[in-house]
Amino acid sequence: MDFWSFIGIWVAAFLTLSIYSVLYRDNPFYRFAEHLFVGVSVGYGIVLSIYQGLVPFALKPLWETVETGAPEGFIKLIPICIGLLFFARLSPRHTWLIRYPIAILIGFGSGIAIPNVLRANIFEQTRGTIAPFAEIAAGTLSGWGIFEAVLMVVGVICTLTYFFFAVEHRGPVKWLSKVGIAFLMIGFGSAFGNTVMGRVALLIQRVDFLLNDWIASIRALF
Amino acid sequence: MIKTTQWIVVTLVLCLSVSVAFSQGLAPPSNVTAVDTPNDDGSSITIKWDAAVEGSGISGYQILRRIADGELETIGALLPADAATYVDSAIEKGTAYTYIVRAVGETEATVDSEQTPLVEGTGEWFHTGKIPLLIAMLLFSAAILWNIYDARSGKDIFVRRIPGLEAVDEAIGRATEMGRSILYSTGMAGVSGVATIASMTILGQVARRTADYETALRVPCRDPIVLNVVREMVKTAYLEEGRPDAYNEDDIFFITESQFAYAAGVEGMMLREKPAAIFLQGTFYAESLILAETGNSVGAIQIAGTDSEHQLPFFIAACDYTLIGEELYAASAYLSREPMLLGSLRGQDWGKLLIFAAIVLGVVLELSGVSWITTLLQRVS
Repeated sequence: MDFWSFIGIWVAAFLTLSIYSVLYRDNPFYRFAEHLFVGVSVGYGIVLSIYQGLVPFALKPLWETVETGAPEGFIKLIPICIGLLFFARLSPRHTWLIRYPIAILIGFGSGIAIPNVLRANIFEQTRGTIAPFAEIAAGTLSGWGIFEAVLMVVGVICTLTYFFFAVEHRGPVKWLSKVGIAFLMIGFGSAFGNTVMGRVALLIQRVDFLLNDWIASIRALF
Repeated sequence: MIKTTQWIVVTLVLCLSVSVAFSQGLAPPSNVTAVDTPNDDGSSITIKWDAAVEGSGISGYQILRRIADGELETIGALLPADAATYVDSAIEKGTAYTYIVRAVGETEATVDSEQTPLVEGTGEWFHTGKIPLLIAMLLFSAAILWNIYDARSGKDIFVRRIPGLEAVDEAIGRATEMGRSILYSTGMAGVSGVATIASMTILGQVARRTADYETALRVPCRDPIVLNVVREMVKTAYLEEGRPDAYNEDDIFFITESQFAYAAGVEGMMLREKPAAIFLQGTFYAESLILAETGNSVGAIQIAGTDSEHQLPFFIAACDYTLIGEELYAASAYLSREPMLLGSLRGQDWGKLLIFAAIVLGVVLELSGVSWITTLLQRVS
């Protein structure tokens, strides 16, 4: 093991143990690791923003436009100027200007997101819920497949009923929504188990690092 | 003399390959067309031809491309024999191309199609394939606008009880009585995330109450733009409540954009400041349980809300109240009771009723062998 690999393992082990120390209580080791983590990530984020945002999307196109002198290239100044309005916050007198880029960003983001959400989360899923019944009509679905298709429709209808807000949940609506909540909880339960298994795998990975790599580096000292 | 020999060899090889191709019955690809791909930004050209019939001896196709006066170049990998379309996405806008489809035989003999006329990729302003989606959105928007109009005309709109939101006042009151702060996280998504927008609207309502009660409201942000919007919203809430003096800009701050560094920072804040109430509203990922479990360990009353279905189980397990999915979107209307938001909420219910009806009708029609609903949904999506 070379010197730098040895140092790397020890730093990683120290920071891992420092972060896990919070399981006992807040302490200086956790604080050190926390502040280091936040600081490093902010620094890394700034460098990333410069090289993956500012340079390729603002400075480079602007410089190319200045070099070529093509008048249509100056249209790129519009988004750059809108972006610069974010810095209006630094001047108390002009801070109101920041509302313009924010409004554009939210409007643009919603415009992009809403049709996609409608398509992927509503239309596609509604079609997916209905589609197996064509196979039932054609007689190509097995008994278990028929059960799954019916269960899916019942689950979707009942869960949808739970999310009616402008209707009082009384009578049949109440019972449908209760069944809907049961479906939701079963779904959440399975998702919980599935994700916990994934997290345990991550824990095993860290413990494996401490036991094999770190302990092995201690043994290598003696 | 050498040149003449070379010419003879090349000619013989060409003749041989053509004769091999014909002896195999390898016919050149027919009806080859190259057109600008419709409904795109002009960055691709679609090449179509008649697919090979069984027993034609064709094992695949290779696409060749040429700029007006340039050399022929091979593009993409060898396509399978049943391919009849290729989309060339590696073009330069404003440059005209011509294409040849080369049929490759089982013995690697080749035969070329005729060259297509020059074609150029051009962008379209409107995606005609999305017109059904536009109509669906217009109908949905009309339903919401109608309900907003109805609500504004003074009609009382009923909203069912949402326990998680009724606990908001309880949580703020508890923090006030204990003299401790309230911690509000808007989640991990950017400003255009639907859950973040909903979260910021709830925050506006929470800020009105904290302004009234003079309770410290701490908002650690992950996104610098969300930070600015949140500052504006909280400041406006304090101004509207007549308490601009109580607003402290430093209580709304940026931590980092890194997911787990943000989680570590907020966790540290929870442990040190021990807030009496914690709101986790917005989009959350794997850090959800770290935040909710730490909040639980410091004894805070926790109200979570997210549309990230994989994180909801953790919030349900570790928080006192959880807004599930769309309850998060309904929260702002529920808390503010503003006619515009209430009308919008009822409009969304109409949309859900339409989905409900589409499913029931779709199932009945499909069982009768009619696929109108599924065909319509396929076109819309």
